[in-house]
Amino acid sequence: MFAFAVRRILQALVVMVVISFIGFSIKFAIGDPVRDLVGISVSAEERAEIRDQLGLNDPFMVQWVRFMGNAIHGDVGRSFFFKKPAMDVIVSKAPATLELVLVSSIIVIVFSVPIGIFCAVRPNHWLSRILMGLSIVGVSIPVFLTAILLIYVFAVELQWLPSYGRGETIQLFGFWESGLATRDGLLHIILPSIALSSIMLPLFIRLIRAEMKEVLETEYIKFARAKGLSPRRVLYLHAFKNTLLPVITVGGVQLGIMIAFTILTETVFQWQGMGFMFLEAVERSDTSLLVAYLVFVGVIFVIVNTVVDLVYGLVNPMVRVAGRK
Amino acid sequence: MKRLFVAVLAAALVMTAGFAHAKTLKLAMDADPVSLDPQVQLSGGMLQYSHLVFDPLIRWTKDMKFEPRLAEKWERTDDLTVRFYLRKGVKFHSGNEFTAKDVAWTLARLKKSADFKGLFEPFAEPKIIDDYTIDIVTKKPYPLLLNMATYIFPMDSAFYSGTDESGEPKDAIVKTGPSFANANESGTGKYVVAEREQGVKTVFKEFDGYWDTKSPGNVDEIILTPIKEDATRTAALLSGDVDFIMPVPPQDLDRLRESDNVKLVTMTGSRIITFQLNQKRREEFKDPKVREAIVWATNNPGIVQKIMKGFATAAGQQSPKGYQGYNPDLTPRYDLEKAKQLMAESQYPDGFTVTMIAPNNRYVNDEKVSEAFVSMMAKIGITVDLKTMPKAQYWDQFDAQVADIQMIGWHADTEDSANFFEFLLMCPNKETGYGQYNSGNYCNADVDQIILDSQSETDRAKRSAMLQKAEKIVYDEAAYVPLHWQDLSWAGKPNLEIEPIVNVMNFPYFGDLVIK
Repeated sequence: MFAFAVRRILQALVVMVVISFIGFSIKFAIGDPVRDLVGISVSAEERAEIRDQLGLNDPFMVQWVRFMGNAIHGDVGRSFFFKKPAMDVIVSKAPATLELVLVSSIIVIVFSVPIGIFCAVRPNHWLSRILMGLSIVGVSIPVFLTAILLIYVFAVELQWLPSYGRGETIQLFGFWESGLATRDGLLHIILPSIALSSIMLPLFIRLIRAEMKEVLETEYIKFARAKGLSPRRVLYLHAFKNTLLPVITVGGVQLGIMIAFTILTETVFQWQGMGFMFLEAVERSDTSLLVAYLVFVGVIFVIVNTVVDLVYGLVNPMVRVAGRK
Repeated sequence: MKRLFVAVLAAALVMTAGFAHAKTLKLAMDADPVSLDPQVQLSGGMLQYSHLVFDPLIRWTKDMKFEPRLAEKWERTDDLTVRFYLRKGVKFHSGNEFTAKDVAWTLARLKKSADFKGLFEPFAEPKIIDDYTIDIVTKKPYPLLLNMATYIFPMDSAFYSGTDESGEPKDAIVKTGPSFANANESGTGKYVVAEREQGVKTVFKEFDGYWDTKSPGNVDEIILTPIKEDATRTAALLSGDVDFIMPVPPQDLDRLRESDNVKLVTMTGSRIITFQLNQKRREEFKDPKVREAIVWATNNPGIVQKIMKGFATAAGQQSPKGYQGYNPDLTPRYDLEKAKQLMAESQYPDGFTVTMIAPNNRYVNDEKVSEAFVSMMAKIGITVDLKTMPKAQYWDQFDAQVADIQMIGWHADTEDSANFFEFLLMCPNKETGYGQYNSGNYCNADVDQIILDSQSETDRAKRSAMLQKAEKIVYDEAAYVPLHWQDLSWAGKPNLEIEPIVNVMNFPYFGDLVIK
């Protein structure tokens, strides 16, 4: 376990260094942050002076080494636009994204498991056919469009739910700005979380169905049935447990992707999370915030993958044995 | 039971009557102020903010005249000086008294601000006559002194003096880091900033010591939320989540016009959109016939109708109506036959191939307009190779003049015609800074001279004649391709009286907003 942890941390560090390097290369191509900080009539000399103050005129390697030097002390630079340390900005935006992903994940789990199992067990049932048909539609409609449609139906036409933002939030534990603790906040999270889960849900339904069908054909299931175990027990304990393995793997990766790429959903709903922040940083070429965020996302992916590996070990003991060798 | 019901109803009525004065405005814009320091950046958003929390000495009215704010009256005392008589008994949000000292202090700070120093370069040291009288002096006779006085939003000099907790001076102008002025404000404006989370929400509350008690405005709280996504901003208004949006996305105009529970207000704007034809890069563009042919072949009335959905005004010149240089004779030009004939007469009857760049997220429909232009040029034998890019990358490319034709839109910070020429059409000169955005490299000594003379001509009629002449010269020489002035738009709930508070500068005077 200890060796495993050390390996992981080293891996994470390598990933972060590589990402920071790539982020820096992008930074040089994405545009000049100073343009966004001054009015259009400001002279070129003035702009050059500001660039000098920010150290943006130094060569690539000088800037990168300086960044790495500061990063070791936990300083990943300062957002030009927000006028404060980039990490503070990211941390203040993280709760919004994480809550959105959490609620979306719950929606995905609650719906995909029973629907997936049902479609696997009764593949020819009319309901299964409808659900599978819908899932194809769901996968192919872009999130952006789903989000706009949801807003127009539920906010504009029916006026049941709010159209944008997080609503009323309260501070939990002093730093976590939560929208899940107020009624207003809960109302605000419904539409964005449905929009965000609209892509994942069909994917998971199809995944669970396919895996389950495969597992149901295996020998040990037939044997369990022959032994006279109750169909329920066979289905939920024996079959479903083995279905879970690939689902966890994919789920882990998808969770990372969801956290990193809530961009579209957040933009449409003016949801003040990290995805929205990232998009705006690109548009403003707020490069230091951009690099900091990319590094942060790298860390998230490493953490999620580590957790997935550990859970995998819990579900399937064989993996643990292989890992110990 | 019935009696009880009536009693409850009556009570409810009394309650609402009591709240009739207290109105909250939920406002959604495409962006929010980047700072609380009015001098940190010169941008539309910051000026809109300044008009909420600060007051200028004087301000523009809807018909482009000046009206008193913190200056009650003013008079020109000589060629260089305008004497301002300040309003007495005005308090800053900190409780400090507003005097001439604050005006002088603010002017000195403007001259230190990267964004404003250019505009305030003509100004010399002001002279304080007494607490409520100040002479604002320019180095040379300057016709735009009053235009610039609309940018003087006096700041509380006592409040912004000294050092903050971290030992930094409180009057520092800091663009990319924390500063006292970025996070604190003390102006004389109708609203104080009660809470602010940048990019998320700003809450303005009425300042109870506000001097302007004559204003009919009855909004005592403004909640400003930026909503970047166009469709969402419209949806927020239609669903009733917000009361007022600006700008209105062009694609939603018809929808909002038809909606019963929304009032839409549009107005011709003063931002001109143009294409510049680079004469340094291409010999062809030195031929006036070719330039004329391009202008005649550009169907800008068609672009306004089809692409802008009528949400713009086709232009034949830079100065919009109401500006001193607006010349009524210079109408938009479009005649394909004439354009073909001009091409045939030019030195390049067989046409040629050019490159072109345009932004794709800076002006309304910028990419579509450029694509339309490409197909229009094809009709006169000019093949255009167009590349579009986001604004974050565009301006560096523009400055480097990487293409033969480049798109640029311009709004005059001075609300005056000369500004267009100074930046877009005067001979590019690194020393003086003129022609900073003249990527067409058009250079005409006569035009330059007229503009330079206009800078110190204080006789309005004479100056108008000069500027109109300059517009005529660049029109006749087809110095650039004018397209249109973008319209401005605002939309709100029907009980908001929007028309009186909006203007062509796009700083709605929310302090005067009446909610019925």
